[in-house]
Amino acid sequence: MTMGTKRVMEGSMAIAEAIKAARVQVISAYPITPQTHVAEFLAEMVANGELEAEYLKVDAEFSAASVVFGSAATGARSYTASSSQGLLLMTEVLYNMAGMRIPVVITGMNRSVSTPVSIQPDHQDTITFRDTGMIQLYVEDSQDAYNTHIQAFKIGEDRDILLPVLVAADGWTISHTFEPVETFPQEEIDAFLPPYNPLYKLDPKEPVTFGAIAMAHNLMEFRYLHHQVMHHAKKKVEEVAREFKERFGQDYGGLIQEYRTDDAEVILVAMGSLVGTLKDAVDEMRETGTRVGVLKIRCYRPFPDEEIRRVLSRARTVCVLDRSISQGYGGPLTIDVKAALHNQRGPQVLSFMAGLGGKDVTIESVKGIVEKAQKVADGIPVDEEPEFVNMNWNIV
Amino acid sequence: MKEIRIHGRGGQGSVITAEIFAIAAFEDGKYSQAFPRFGGERRGAPVEAFIRIGDKPIRLKSQVYNPDYVILQDTSLLQVVDVLQGLKPDGMILVNTEKSPEELGLQTQAQVITFPATQIALEILGAPITNTAIMGAFLAATDLISMKSLEPAVREKFPGDLGDKNVKAARKAYEKMREAL
Repeated sequence: MTMGTKRVMEGSMAIAEAIKAARVQVISAYPITPQTHVAEFLAEMVANGELEAEYLKVDAEFSAASVVFGSAATGARSYTASSSQGLLLMTEVLYNMAGMRIPVVITGMNRSVSTPVSIQPDHQDTITFRDTGMIQLYVEDSQDAYNTHIQAFKIGEDRDILLPVLVAADGWTISHTFEPVETFPQEEIDAFLPPYNPLYKLDPKEPVTFGAIAMAHNLMEFRYLHHQVMHHAKKKVEEVAREFKERFGQDYGGLIQEYRTDDAEVILVAMGSLVGTLKDAVDEMRETGTRVGVLKIRCYRPFPDEEIRRVLSRARTVCVLDRSISQGYGGPLTIDVKAALHNQRGPQVLSFMAGLGGKDVTIESVKGIVEKAQKVADGIPVDEEPEFVNMNWNIV
Repeated sequence: MKEIRIHGRGGQGSVITAEIFAIAAFEDGKYSQAFPRFGGERRGAPVEAFIRIGDKPIRLKSQVYNPDYVILQDTSLLQVVDVLQGLKPDGMILVNTEKSPEELGLQTQAQVITFPATQIALEILGAPITNTAIMGAFLAATDLISMKSLEPAVREKFPGDLGDKNVKAARKAYEKMREAL
């Protein structure tokens, strides 16, 4: 197993290091808080010759996405990053990329969406990409961000997959937080991630059409194939995570990650940086005999329904912590978890809005969530769902 | 696990202090995490930065509410911010001032230590950039991070001549604080 170098760095630098290690050839990004540091670090790396890549400055995120869409179509390994409104501005291009099966890696540095204007972290921006047909991975900390960005190229560029991969990392709690990160020697990363070898590419010498028009007789068939590939990607996400673990000794899970779920009566389900706090809360509660565990959803699309069923069917109560909201219905992750468990004589699912707009979730907040789950398991009536965690009712 | 909160004004280097502490603590063989108050950095505005130091990997991502230590870089913040908020009763606050703790008169059960970091900064750096002097004083008062690890961390952030001067400021502050204790 390869030993790397561990040093304290900002989460944004961990991502930039991963992009450099992946030998990305084309970068285009427009700065927006809290993504800015990634765009700056990469610009610096290109300017000082550490990274041999084209860095294209553009007028907005729509252009940034369009640039990397085009460059990836010519066969160049390509990367962009954004947050919040900037990501939303990319949306039209992202659907195109996914439909055309162009493997680009995109960092969604999670930030809430306007209005109200906010630069605080939540998942409202990336969750809107649910149906784009991109693979979507949520990371827990800076190390996970480094590992996952490198894995994302390998997953997306695989000839059986060929899809853009969105890596969602919480703004601030990852982007602006300094913690130890282990990075690995270039030759070891090269061995794990060989150069991109496209199946088809835009080349004036051998003209082909990308994104041709579909009619009523074949549009649905395209959608079917895309859907099949997303299913197939589940295996690839697991496989690539396993290979990364074998080579580098890093394990943050594949589609999901279980933490102390074996005998858990209550299982907390979440994505992103909240998971670290949940694990600490679980350790504390376990000390006083509470049987509680965490199920991290690392891969949001394709959604790991079977894997989730396998873990959650053992629990009495499941608490899903959503960091975004589908106004008028509830937490998108809760909705998916409930759907995965339908027709099961399984656990009751409780929904919690936790960490919207940077609202802090502490170990005490998590204990409150678990207490509610225990009440439900004991048949004691509780307040209506979803519960908005740490709500300030004085201003409502 | 120990938690530190730093209060300063944008431009005084509070966030960089947190970063340097995290690097130095890791160099000491501990685990560390540092982060700013999300979205609060503007020149002159009240700024906060946080550090966690522990023996195990730090997974906790919530804010810091009950710090073991508070560092106050600028006493003009006393009128604006409750710098004592949540400070543990058995904790300590280190204040950059020429006043004594009695003259300062903070209402807290926690230990109050004062230190003239601006004076050292002006003397060695020729500018009222107090953070490296504060770092030295903090290390002398707590033993949480070693001076041996702080020096390369300071040099990593301030290369060349600036690094030499800042290390000198930290060392001088460390020695002065040691004498005073």
